[in-house]
Amino acid sequence: MSAAPVLSAARLMPRHLLSAGDLSLDAATHLLDTADRIDQAIAGREIRKLPTLRGRTVVNLFYEDSTRTRISFELAAKRLSADVINFSAKGSSVSKGESLKDTAWTLQAMGADIVVCRHSSSGAPHRLSNWVDGHVINAGDGTHEHPTQALLDAFTLRRHLKDLRGRRVVIVGDVLHSRVARSNVLLLHTLGAAVTLVAPPTLLPLGVTSWPVQVDYDLDRALVGADAVMMLRAQRERMSGAFFPTEREYSRRYGLDARRRGLIAEHGLVMHPGPMNRGMEIASDVADGAGSVIVEQVANGVIVRMAVLYSLLAGDGDSS
Amino acid sequence: MTQGSARSVLITGARPYGEAAADVLIVDGVISAIGESATQDAAGAQVIDGAGLILLPGFVDLHTHLREPGREDAETVATGSAAAALGGFTAVFAMPNTDPTADTAGVVEQVLRLGQQVGLVDVQPIGAVTVGRRGERLAELAAMATSEANVRVFSDDGDCVSDPLLMRRSLEYVKAFDGVIAQHAQEPRLTVGAQMHEGIISARLGMTGWPAVAEEAIIARDCLLADHVDSRLHVCHLSTAGSVAVVAAAKARGTRVTAEVTPHHLLLTDDLAVEYDPVFKVNPPLRTESDVAALRAALADGTIDIVATDHAPHAAQDKECEWDQASPGMLGLQTALSVVVTTMVDTGLLDWRGVARVLSEAPARIGSLAGHGRPIAVGEPANLVLIDPAARWTVRGARFASLSANTPFEGMELPATVVATLLRGRPTVLGGRLARIGS
Repeated sequence: MSAAPVLSAARLMPRHLLSAGDLSLDAATHLLDTADRIDQAIAGREIRKLPTLRGRTVVNLFYEDSTRTRISFELAAKRLSADVINFSAKGSSVSKGESLKDTAWTLQAMGADIVVCRHSSSGAPHRLSNWVDGHVINAGDGTHEHPTQALLDAFTLRRHLKDLRGRRVVIVGDVLHSRVARSNVLLLHTLGAAVTLVAPPTLLPLGVTSWPVQVDYDLDRALVGADAVMMLRAQRERMSGAFFPTEREYSRRYGLDARRRGLIAEHGLVMHPGPMNRGMEIASDVADGAGSVIVEQVANGVIVRMAVLYSLLAGDGDSS
Repeated sequence: MTQGSARSVLITGARPYGEAAADVLIVDGVISAIGESATQDAAGAQVIDGAGLILLPGFVDLHTHLREPGREDAETVATGSAAAALGGFTAVFAMPNTDPTADTAGVVEQVLRLGQQVGLVDVQPIGAVTVGRRGERLAELAAMATSEANVRVFSDDGDCVSDPLLMRRSLEYVKAFDGVIAQHAQEPRLTVGAQMHEGIISARLGMTGWPAVAEEAIIARDCLLADHVDSRLHVCHLSTAGSVAVVAAAKARGTRVTAEVTPHHLLLTDDLAVEYDPVFKVNPPLRTESDVAALRAALADGTIDIVATDHAPHAAQDKECEWDQASPGMLGLQTALSVVVTTMVDTGLLDWRGVARVLSEAPARIGSLAGHGRPIAVGEPANLVLIDPAARWTVRGARFASLSANTPFEGMELPATVVATLLRGRPTVLGGRLARIGS
């Protein structure tokens, strides 16, 4: 890749990627453009690997089970020739017996250039970023954010819809507990899309009134003519918190079946961050049917994460 | 300052309640003369230069966590007493959420004695309402009331007495010895996993919300229970505009309810959580600008009776971690006066008489604590504080007397310092520093 994007990356990119809100329109566009170029650079290659991050160390610090996200980041780092260390700690840092701060200092001593952090506590990557010199990427923190998921979703949307300005995206489900929804709302708004959230009122945060979104409790109405619909994973344990009465009622009111699929625009996309509850928030035939880009989302995740790793580190080289 | 008879102290030139300057002579721990006669009788007295300073009755904190017994790594009765004296307090009420819980005569007497041994402030134990603060059955309240500790305030603070029947019974039971239940108003089912005020910021930060209604509903219920059994209720750390309205309505109809607000709820708001630094995690949580405005107005008009610190020391490792794993609470003893001055005095909401009311007189009265919160008048015990209203200082938690440093005001420049504190005529603080005891 040429030197030009390296220089611009240094100016555009935040030091850490903790929230999708950290990205300006220019930075988000730069990341998505970089992902496009990476995709083109490795397309058709026999060895799908770039030497860009040779000698750099990426640590995957995962306090929560998430094989999909960890593998995606691992693959992204390896395809850029970085050294990858997986540091998994089940449960909280406290139950593990070492504090997050001590772990941070350990990673610091080992010279981690990037720490990819997944944690069940909202804000844990924020805390971590105070204690390490390397870049921190939030790979999902509690019920807060998952910015690289939003980037891969935007990348996927852009592939199909080109410009996102004025496009209407409907996000359906447990917004209250969803880090995917928070990051997508922020990034899609930055990119100029119009977002509608659909959920039972119990699964929307009270503060949603301050978000740049429309809220609708009627899924049918919201879906008419939409450019994309993003289904969130419905967690059965929410029933015990009285968020909704039964799976069946949830599925009836907020599930995406073939009839509802027919309400969105003809070119409309069906998305899901995975893992899916087939038959609950999404019908099997819809998940596998026309307009579904769910598998593509996974493939795009690797490319987008390569772009994030590359762009965060590009600034370092520039300043030296 | 000259050294004379250890039994008499002359404070010269200070302004009682911020009004006209008058010398004050203290003999044997009691105010013996005020004005010109004080100077005449002062031969051999220790002189404290009070020129430019304001003299108030020593502060009384109805809500302090001293952590001893159990968490002596975070605070002890000795270090907490030192912080209190430096903050201008002459008495503190020690919350019972220690380990073991202060739910028996034995434990409250132990805390009382620890306080007496230190001797910097009067440490008045609060007794737990229920055994182990578990909210299941009443602790031996009368045994604590009739113990050496003479307990009059009972609280499960940190937890709410949420069972309405248990709350009714405890309100009734303590009438026999003119006790008061100090309620930590938090409906537990509405606050499962709650991390911060439920609102715009919690929605953005993805943290489980602590809704205002969880506090307001308990206060409303407790006021109705207090009406029903004609008992005294005290509301701890009231934090929302809605709670102010509930208490105002109850007082208007004659409910025997009093309420406190913390300094941090008078100054800080929930948006401080945006960096996820748990130094701003507290229970009840920091609320919004409109809540802060309502709390200040309510303190000014008397709907809220007192300021209490909820001084809650925590060891470093309990704050330097993820937000949801951090302990809630903030230091308060050494910043209380300054926060009250910046939020209430500098804004014109309270005069110095008002400060004496909310930080000394009313808390002593609510807690039935004899000898404190008394007028600055001849014949009254000399529990006093000298304040420099013109001074400004920068908060540094590491310099506090507390073993812990978890102040949410770190780095803030605040008005007013405590120059001297006198406990029954004996300086515990002089020149802004701890006085050597026995000197």
